[in-house]
Amino acid sequence: MSRERRRGVGCRAQSTDTERTTHVWDETGSVTTAEPTQETRSEEDLDLPWQVVVHNDPVNLMSYVTMVFQRVFGYPREKAERHMLEVHHKGRSILWAGMREPAELYVQQLHGYLLLATLEKLS
Amino acid sequence: MEISRHNDQIQISELDPFLAELLRQIPASASPDGVTAAEQRLFSSPTNGKEPELCAEWKQYVEPELRRLFQSATETVAADLEQLNGNEKSLANRTLHIPAKHTDAWLSALNQARLVIAAKNKFTELELSDHFRSPIGSRRDLSLFQINFYGFLQEFILRELDG
Repeated sequence: MSRERRRGVGCRAQSTDTERTTHVWDETGSVTTAEPTQETRSEEDLDLPWQVVVHNDPVNLMSYVTMVFQRVFGYPREKAERHMLEVHHKGRSILWAGMREPAELYVQQLHGYLLLATLEKLS
Repeated sequence: MEISRHNDQIQISELDPFLAELLRQIPASASPDGVTAAEQRLFSSPTNGKEPELCAEWKQYVEPELRRLFQSATETVAADLEQLNGNEKSLANRTLHIPAKHTDAWLSALNQARLVIAAKNKFTELELSDHFRSPIGSRRDLSLFQINFYGFLQEFILRELDG
């Protein structure tokens, strides 16, 4: 994705005063919720988290998918294999969750390796 | 056919004319040729069709970069494959040397070709998992053999990368 475009995505200048509940997402999409706080946040901070999902594909080799997960996410081999097997057996696996911009970059990288990957907004 | 690692290159030797021809076809096979299913597989939606604004931006900014990336890989492979275009007797076995620094391009081009062939032929998961189908009796069988042969090469390259 071009740098010019990337700067424009999910990072608008206005700030918003809001009572905010803090959510923490781990890579599997689990959510923990902290007490609401009153603070000033940009719209980027208010952006809902996005999941990076990889879908099953009968053509891509299992060893290739494992290598891609190691390269793109820096996962150790065991963890990459666990996600690969989840894709293989369950049809999909959530590889990462977080803000939209890095999620887009991950999906772009995965498409560069020709994996079937999508962004899904956590509702 | 023998495949081995020698210093900084992968060597595919004893290539008979049939397998050499399959290798020569990698760049052409990787082209979707305007076939919608193949195009859609190489340039899949980032959101399964949801988020139309994001999809539109993706088409405008990301897809051209992906096209360049894929094309660059097939061009590297095509250049390596020129080793197979000698003036020797056409039926003689050949040897192909793949520099280690080109292995990522080969993985990509082989993957592109496998995905495009599978999409064009609408192979089912069952067909794709039948690695022992033989003999080659039709164009469709040949395409399936091509996918499996390219997959075998991918596996070897991956093992070499894994050390």
